[in-house]
Amino acid sequence: MAIKRPKSHTFAIGLLGWAIACWVFFPIAWMALTSFKTEVDAIATPPQFIFRPSLASYHEVFARANYWHFTLNTVAISLGATIVALALSVPAAYAMAFIPSQRTRGTLLWMLSTRMLPPVGVLVPIYLLARNTHLLDTLTGLGIVDMLTNLPIIVWMLFTFFREVPAPILEAGRMDGASRWQEMTLVLLPLALPGIASTALLSIILCWNESFWSLNLTSSQAAPLAAFIASFSSPEGLFFGKLSAASTLAVAPILVFGWFSQKQLVRGLTFGAVK
Amino acid sequence: MATVELRDIRKTYLKDEIIKGVSLTIEDREFVVFVGPSGCGKSTLLRMIAGLEDITAGDLLIDGRRVNDVEPAKRGLAMVFQSYALYPHMDVYKNMEFGLKLAGMPASERSAKIRDVARILQLEPYLHHKPGQLSGGQRQRVAIGRAIVRNPKVFLFDEPLSNLDAALRGQMRVELATLHRRLNATTIYVTHDQVEAMTMADKIVVLQGGVVEQVGSPLELYHHPRNLFVAKFIGSPPMNFIPVVVETSSTESVTVRLPDETFLDVPVDGSNTPAGTALTLGIRPEHVALDEPGLAGQVEIVERLGAATLFHIRLRDGQLLVAQSDGAADHPLDSGVSVGLPPRHCHLFGADGLALAAHARHPLLA
Ligand SMILES: Nc1ncnc2c1ncn2[C@@H]1O[C@H](COP(=O)(O)OP(=O)(O)OP(=O)(O)O)[C@@H](O)[C@H]1O
Ligand SMILES: [Mg+2]
Repeated sequence: MAIKRPKSHTFAIGLLGWAIACWVFFPIAWMALTSFKTEVDAIATPPQFIFRPSLASYHEVFARANYWHFTLNTVAISLGATIVALALSVPAAYAMAFIPSQRTRGTLLWMLSTRMLPPVGVLVPIYLLARNTHLLDTLTGLGIVDMLTNLPIIVWMLFTFFREVPAPILEAGRMDGASRWQEMTLVLLPLALPGIASTALLSIILCWNESFWSLNLTSSQAAPLAAFIASFSSPEGLFFGKLSAASTLAVAPILVFGWFSQKQLVRGLTFGAVK
Repeated sequence: MATVELRDIRKTYLKDEIIKGVSLTIEDREFVVFVGPSGCGKSTLLRMIAGLEDITAGDLLIDGRRVNDVEPAKRGLAMVFQSYALYPHMDVYKNMEFGLKLAGMPASERSAKIRDVARILQLEPYLHHKPGQLSGGQRQRVAIGRAIVRNPKVFLFDEPLSNLDAALRGQMRVELATLHRRLNATTIYVTHDQVEAMTMADKIVVLQGGVVEQVGSPLELYHHPRNLFVAKFIGSPPMNFIPVVVETSSTESVTVRLPDETFLDVPVDGSNTPAGTALTLGIRPEHVALDEPGLAGQVEIVERLGAATLFHIRLRDGQLLVAQSDGAADHPLDSGVSVGLPPRHCHLFGADGLALAAHARHPLLA
């Protein structure tokens, strides 16, 4: 940050930043606020900022559904899908970054293009595949689908991080007698660790928040938190208090997790920019 | 003991031939320097020897064994990279230990070896520093140390000093030369730097466009360049070139007509250059004799280097000639001078760029 800005400039940017942050965070704050209202307060017009907090919605939610069952499912799917995705992506990104061929660029773009497809377009085939392999409503089934949908992004991110590692360092490793595997594990991975960590964080967050496949491929056994929230939404738009309580419970862990890892996340995402 | 032999080595990247058939023998304990303009394939050739690039065609032999398909670490070589390429996440000790560990050397032996090398390279106080905490010269020493501990048969260097400032480069150059004398290992060294090439090499290989232009000792290349390219490339300030025409020729000598219609009798073999052939006459700046009878001109620029002075002289026909004289020489700007071209220091090059063979060898090379 060598550029010196005038003070007023810095102030304006700070103000803008806060404004955007408030704007983005408002729905979440409102949700958290609503979760502590009674159902009557929750739908009051005009909306109430000052009210008597109540834990009624939470009591109801815990009574009606097994929160921990859904949470454990989500944790298992997020971690499992992320670990498998990394195990597959690291060698792929290594090959693309350090042993590129004429088709590397094309392959990368093609992989990314699969993300542009609306998921509903492949709902029927994926559903049938999952059913015929008896993976419907299993952690494995949803984990595999989550893993595969995130794979392109993970490969892309790792590819950009690996590209930052100077090739001569890996070549030095090879001259020192490292096999490809050792070159990857002993030289590349320690160097790219910040990038790998933020990729993993992003993958966990994406899996945690995934709802389309969660709702379509699971029913009870493997249902994650997205299904937990959905079970509290009613078509008539009633029971905002309970819905908010369920949603707050579902996003709270990942929010806390994100808060603690934000430094790592930002560092990873700007890795290339600040070097 | 290590000899390296290249037999018609070729390299093709996507149909572009980068190395076009290089044959070369590097003797045991020899210090060989690859020089050439940027992009001529020096690094590519070195990397093929190292095993970091596939060899498209030809044979690479180390100690008589074909190693085209042998892994880099099994070729018994060590390489020092221009960017040092140290492992940033390991301290100096671990950087040097990495290769030994992979080779399965016991810990006590590794430690003894590393301490030994650290002592030679004066790295002992830094053994537990990370590369990021070291200066450029220290990093370079670590890179060299990492190469030395493995006891390689052949050292490969790719412009190892080009990231250092001038003073440090001079110092490291001397250190490397001392080290070479001490280790006595076969060394292949790529550089841009004339001084490095001239001072360190037993043998210089001049490359251009993936082809070897000439191989020889530094003085051989300096005094007996095989062709115009080598004559232009070796020497700083570069050789002067003057277009001339053959007047008479024999196996003993060639008499050429200079631009001012005077004649000069150069002692080279003229058996293939009949009268009327256009040639290029080359003469190094330090051989141009100021104030001797010869071409007339005017002093246009004076560059005083302290120990020497360079006079840029505009000849009558408009050509610029550089003459090097001692530091005290004095010729005012715009003054008229006469420059002599001592025939025994003149080189003649044919239209194909090849030098006509000189009769006398330089005294140091005789
Ligand atoms: N991976 C590659 N793919 C395609 N062409 C390449 C590749 N590596 C090198 N080249 C080409 O090969 C030629 C020789 O490159 P090389 O790096 O060997 O040159 P060099 O003599 O070391 O140059 P410099 O003095 O600048 O280091 C260059 O024209 C370069 O463009
Ligand atoms: Mg190079």
